[in-house]
Amino acid sequence: MKNKEPLILAVVVFFTLVTYYLVEPFAHHQMHKHVESEGFVYADLPALTKTGNAAAGKDLVANAGCAGCHSIKVAGMPAPMDAVTAAQSYGVNPPDLSNAGAVFDAKFLADLIKNPAHALNVEHKFDAAKGQMHPMVPFYGMGGDIDQEIADMVAYLQSIAVNKEDMTPKIAFENACGRCHAVGYEKWTQIGEKPKFKHEKDGLAFDIKVMEYQDSLTKYMGKLPPDLSMYIRSRNEHYIKTFMENPQNYLKGTAMPRVGVNAEAADKVIEYLEDSGDAKRHEREHIGKNVMIYIVIFAIFALLWKKQVWKDLH
Amino acid sequence: MAHFTKATSVKDWLNQRLAIEKVEKVMMSEYWIPKNINFLWAMGMVLVITFALLVVSGIFLLMYYVPTTAEAFNSVNYTIMREVDFGWLWRHVHGVAASVVFLVIYIHMFTGIYYGSYKNGRELIWISGMLLFVAFSAEAFSGYMLPWGQMSYWAGMVITNLFSGGSLHADGFVEWIRGDYVPAQAFLGRFFMLHVLLIPLAIMGLIGLHFGALRIPHVNNQDGEEIDFDIEAKKYLDGDKAGSKVMRFANDFMSKDMMVVGIFLIFFFYLVFYNYGFAMDPVNFDPADGLKTPTHIYPEWYFLWSYEILRPFNIDLGLVLFAFAQVIFVLLPFLDRSPNSCAANRRGPLFAGWFWLMLMNMIVLTSMGKLPPEGIFSTIGLVSAILFVVMWLALPFITKMEKKV
Repeated sequence: MKNKEPLILAVVVFFTLVTYYLVEPFAHHQMHKHVESEGFVYADLPALTKTGNAAAGKDLVANAGCAGCHSIKVAGMPAPMDAVTAAQSYGVNPPDLSNAGAVFDAKFLADLIKNPAHALNVEHKFDAAKGQMHPMVPFYGMGGDIDQEIADMVAYLQSIAVNKEDMTPKIAFENACGRCHAVGYEKWTQIGEKPKFKHEKDGLAFDIKVMEYQDSLTKYMGKLPPDLSMYIRSRNEHYIKTFMENPQNYLKGTAMPRVGVNAEAADKVIEYLEDSGDAKRHEREHIGKNVMIYIVIFAIFALLWKKQVWKDLH
Repeated sequence: MAHFTKATSVKDWLNQRLAIEKVEKVMMSEYWIPKNINFLWAMGMVLVITFALLVVSGIFLLMYYVPTTAEAFNSVNYTIMREVDFGWLWRHVHGVAASVVFLVIYIHMFTGIYYGSYKNGRELIWISGMLLFVAFSAEAFSGYMLPWGQMSYWAGMVITNLFSGGSLHADGFVEWIRGDYVPAQAFLGRFFMLHVLLIPLAIMGLIGLHFGALRIPHVNNQDGEEIDFDIEAKKYLDGDKAGSKVMRFANDFMSKDMMVVGIFLIFFFYLVFYNYGFAMDPVNFDPADGLKTPTHIYPEWYFLWSYEILRPFNIDLGLVLFAFAQVIFVLLPFLDRSPNSCAANRRGPLFAGWFWLMLMNMIVLTSMGKLPPEGIFSTIGLVSAILFVVMWLALPFITKMEKKV
């Protein structure tokens, strides 16, 4: 009798693959909008025309009033107020600028200094003509060539920031996302990592501060931005990256600003989220390989056993 | 009172008390299997192994899972996935096995339909098998509630809403099932109980019935040939192993079972480690939120075909047809009026056409069940759902017309 098993197997595999294709790749393609990454080039922002001078930038930053809201801890400038009070004043805590030069794109920083609502892509929410001012006051210039001054300030921020090689996932996340989004699984709150407290009372006091901060943030954003602990699994790398690049692509009219990270920082943010929501990925790959080797050997022995037993049956 | 003698060995001691030799013969060495079968006959063993994987992985998960609405999500995604050694592995094994078990069940079912293995005294095998399908469905649904993610919550909401019976508005019944107005602690607690105790018990009992129902009629063969098992078994035992039409279950057929299981496990563990996304929906990695309905709510892939029979119609007709789809497979042995019990392709063009069209139509329904019910998808879904119902209603007539082959 002709052996029909290969044909039967082909039929089973065919229908299985057709079903898989229809309910997975095809259905997801139909249901979810696909947004191509722009590679974090921010093509809509004006190109930098001037070469900055970090020393000049240092003086400009000191004199332009940046420190009225921002801390620059690496340069010894402390925050003018604590995170909770700052959020009560501005809606969100103005960021420390120590590593802004490493995490954010230079073009983005330049446009941000000059016109915050434009760089952040939130002009639908902050329309100066209607008196809706963005809480960050634009830099109007110190009397010289404003573009040169801004280039100097950006150069200064880049000069004090960590090297690209030393940028940790946490630095990238804290700067890009961490003042609005908590990541509970990494103990990250909007006002920083929750320390270990010896006394429960101190822990609760910290929680209350977080809640007060969140109240201000909720009022500012319209809703409390979500905890991102499992976002690497509930979304995926491509979605998060293209979302960071321009939230308006997915949620037209959202209050979430464009973050303005450069490509390296975006990768680090993804790594931070993977450490939170897919912590065992390296172990999975390693063990997966061993299990596959083991199971193939098992299958070979099973095949040989079958051959031996069936020898007498024909 | 039986007479016991001084045992000559441990085996003899056990034999006098448990008749283990007899049991071994009945269950293994003299449980006769026809030779004229193919690897599809090993799906039963593949299911046993997959079920064992589900039970073992489930036991490990049960040690750390916390069935409260406040802690369930974190106990799964933080404690099990990050804190517990290999917790992620057990979870992925459990999740993937829960999905793959349905693929094998469907292959097993369609094998039964194709070869007519629900006829000639094998009706109870089919019926107990379909009851197992229902029990596995309930097990899968209740398990899906446990991580308490967005899909858990909203699937729970949608499916329990079905029990209001459309225009009957039996909302009190829905509340009774949920133990609350919305899925909440009472709901999670009872589905947890169902998932880890009551339904697994029912499944184990039904597996016993399924095996028992197989014992007297024996398994079918590729040609639906009636074999005299006594004569063929004697031939085998007298030494004519090659000439006999039957073989022992163990080790003869079991060696092939294990070969198929080996190949299946390569496929299974590939999915567990490298392609698990299909079995663990991304939406369910967002914690349950009763104030935020997901854009697309759909069941897991194995429920999609029946979901699509519910969806294209108004609520009352949809529910009636949905109920029809749930029970109609059970009645297959009584709807098939043909005297033939061989492979579908040899029963003439009518039944062969019915079989392949039914298979393809269920794949179309499965596909449409996931897509948003808009435009062309909606129309295809409606046509497929009607076709499904019409085909079942036509089955007694087309099989009645079939000629004896």
